[in-house]
Amino acid sequence: MKNSIWLKGALAGLLVSLAACGDSGSDSEAASNGERVEINLNPFPSTYAPYPSDTVLLQGATVLDGIGGLIENGDVLLVEGKVAEIGTGLTAPDGATVIDAAGRWVTPGIIDNHSHLGVYPSPNVDAHGDGNEISGAVTAEVWAEHGIWPQDPGFSRALAGGITSLQILPGSANLFGGRGVILKNVPSRTVQGMKFPGAPYTLKMACGENPKRVYGYGGGRFPGGAPYSRMGNVAGYRMAWARAVEYKRKWDKYAEDGGDPPTRDLELDTLMGVLNGEILVHMHCYRADEMAQIMDLSEEFGYKVTSFHHAVESYKIADLLAEYGACSAMWADWWGFKMEAYDGVRENIPMVHKAGACAIVHSDDDIGIQRLNQEAAKALADGRRAGIDISKADAWQWLSANPAKSLGVFEQTGSLEPGKDADVVVWSADPFSVYAKADLVMVDGAVMYERGNPDNIPVMDFELGQPGEGDVK
Amino acid sequence: MIRTLSLTAVSAFAFTLGAAAQDFAIVNAKVWTGTSAGTLESATVIISDGEISGVGINLAPPSGMETLDAEGKWVTPGIISAFSRVGTVEVGAEGASNDTSAAASPLSVALEASDGFNPAATNVAVTRIEGVTRMAVAPANGANMFAGQGFLADTSGKADSVTMERAFVYVDLSEGGADLAGGSRPAAWAALRGAFADARGYPGRFITHNEGDTLTRNDAQAFGPAVRGQQLMMINASRASDIRKVIALKAENPLLNLVIVDADEAWMVADELAAADIPVIIDPFDNLPTSFATLGATSRNAERLLAADVTTAFAHLGNSGHQTRLVLQSAGNAVANGVSFDDALASITTTPADLLGLEGLGRLTPGAVADLVMWDGDPLEVMSAPELVVINGQRQSLESRQTKLRDRYLDLDESEQPLAFKR
Repeated sequence: MKNSIWLKGALAGLLVSLAACGDSGSDSEAASNGERVEINLNPFPSTYAPYPSDTVLLQGATVLDGIGGLIENGDVLLVEGKVAEIGTGLTAPDGATVIDAAGRWVTPGIIDNHSHLGVYPSPNVDAHGDGNEISGAVTAEVWAEHGIWPQDPGFSRALAGGITSLQILPGSANLFGGRGVILKNVPSRTVQGMKFPGAPYTLKMACGENPKRVYGYGGGRFPGGAPYSRMGNVAGYRMAWARAVEYKRKWDKYAEDGGDPPTRDLELDTLMGVLNGEILVHMHCYRADEMAQIMDLSEEFGYKVTSFHHAVESYKIADLLAEYGACSAMWADWWGFKMEAYDGVRENIPMVHKAGACAIVHSDDDIGIQRLNQEAAKALADGRRAGIDISKADAWQWLSANPAKSLGVFEQTGSLEPGKDADVVVWSADPFSVYAKADLVMVDGAVMYERGNPDNIPVMDFELGQPGEGDVK
Repeated sequence: MIRTLSLTAVSAFAFTLGAAAQDFAIVNAKVWTGTSAGTLESATVIISDGEISGVGINLAPPSGMETLDAEGKWVTPGIISAFSRVGTVEVGAEGASNDTSAAASPLSVALEASDGFNPAATNVAVTRIEGVTRMAVAPANGANMFAGQGFLADTSGKADSVTMERAFVYVDLSEGGADLAGGSRPAAWAALRGAFADARGYPGRFITHNEGDTLTRNDAQAFGPAVRGQQLMMINASRASDIRKVIALKAENPLLNLVIVDADEAWMVADELAAADIPVIIDPFDNLPTSFATLGATSRNAERLLAADVTTAFAHLGNSGHQTRLVLQSAGNAVANGVSFDDALASITTTPADLLGLEGLGRLTPGAVADLVMWDGDPLEVMSAPELVVINGQRQSLESRQTKLRDRYLDLDESEQPLAFKR
């Protein structure tokens, strides 16, 4: 099994338990053998394995290690798809490919923790709208990976923007939108071939306007269903969590005492995964006051929100977010398209960072994902003008380390530390400049994008035989 | 006052919103003129009576004139967005605050976007403080492919900031327009031909009835100037074959004054566009096959169009109500994708000025309107921002509702008083 090598060693306990369960048989098999039924936590396992890579020494670059360090005239050595060494004056091992990166910058690959590539792909046709299971306000049973079209050309554009990993989330129509999935940004015939080995699952939830608009005002009927108001939103979360607590109690009791196994409920499987600490909660939430309510709600039911998304008003409660320990995944400057986005400010990201809370630059957009480095640059500059002095090296945490932490994959990626996946971008210039381009993007050391070399630029099936096939994008 | 901004001499100097135009000069600036004079180092710009009265090297301001030392910083003409919805929408999703379109109106071409313009809308100041001083504001499509009349405005926020009502008609001949026309491109083109006939036949064919082939009486009247070539007609189209149809439309009606908006596949017909002298307004960000009409979309569109001598202006076409300001980032990305710095800056200054008929704008030359911006860095860089914005010779406030929100929350200490008392 390819992913076994990924599951050894440094992974967090929850990942190990997830993988271990993945090897258990089906419910019926186990039951007929008289064993305890176990829920298979990983029925669609990753089949991704790193592509072949050379031993590469990137030499003489400005290196951002992704955890706050900047090395002038720095070298990065990549061996067997891993970061082997980072520093200055490194010696190239025999047979290593030496890449002169003088004048260029080397960073960890960018990780976008909020994307709908694949579930809302290009072309944006009706047949491809697979990102929201609008049939109910609580659809924790659906999984984004079952809606992903791996041929979305957006993945290749994101690669050219230095994206090496990304989270694909269900949309925000529902209170509980379903499970998100974390991918390596490698072209593949299958979704399983993109899945980040060993990454935990996530749960998408949504605050505010979207659920009440979609359900309460749904289809022009009046009244529509629940929720119709923010009160209904919170009631909807609480009723679902109350059922999940009960469901978990039954499974815990069964694990302890045996007897008839509880009836499987796919929706509650997901919520129970959250309560068990195996599934990370990513919640779409714009307004500060709503985030504060959600933090209380999570404590009521004993789980944790890993990251608030969009979080346009995080700057108003950055202290509370720091104290609670949730990340905010934010745009640099989106605002105004709806009421809960009305109070957007350009300094949101640096203000959250300054408060000691976890700040992340995210895209939620197939155009924005291509230049998250520029979004970070805008936020950094706006923060500095407001007197918030943050270095570029620290700001890069918004693009790789912090999103990696929010996705439970920081042990594997998100910084250029020895032993980590060689998810690396070589930039033509300072990536905080609008003029910088990704020259080379490597995923696990394998070149997935090389600017100007048509042999090293993926072309998705959809674009073959179409105008613009293989064109510069 | 809790602002922790480093108030330089420059920004302290630049707060006189609404004051009468005051003559002043900027010295020691790096001036991008938008003219054959190119970029002037250590240059002087003299602003008097709302106009540029002098630009040059070794040019001394009149004695006694207030003088600002730019310390070598960039000065450019005010940025012009060739396509926007600023000031016609406050909150996109709140219909009552959104005047961009009217899906339930029986009228179309007669809808005048300027009737919905609010110079005090928050997005006006948000746009202004990023250096955009002028904009073409288009209506959005509601009930049909004819969106209505767009207008030109400055971003000063003043009551008289609309400089030209009915500056252009906006027509959608993309997939969206086809859908609104009944479901196909043939339906859209038949409707367009009908509308031309209605406009040309106005008022004669409306003597006995109110309905034309395509347009109502009011709409046919409103469409007249565009159909006669006396008014700009902006047409949204992206697929190469759709653009060719527009080129053919102009060949049949040589007087038409057309510009194509979106134009993702325009590079595929660049030579034909240049020969037909039809300009385009594009968003250099667009590089995805988001529909079957944009399969050829590429970030090289701008470079290829300019290389073919197609008149090309840039706009940020995504969320053009609130993010028109991103036109600068769009232009910077065009440079990253092969466009020269000068061409990119022209595409957001001189080119839109000329194609929109904004006389005296888009360049810094004696006699020009004194719209200019001084930047704290390269104007196309994402980390740069204006330090001074001047419209009609008046220095503009660099405050917006957003900067006030920021300042309120920069320090979250409310041990003495709730933050609501801070402003």
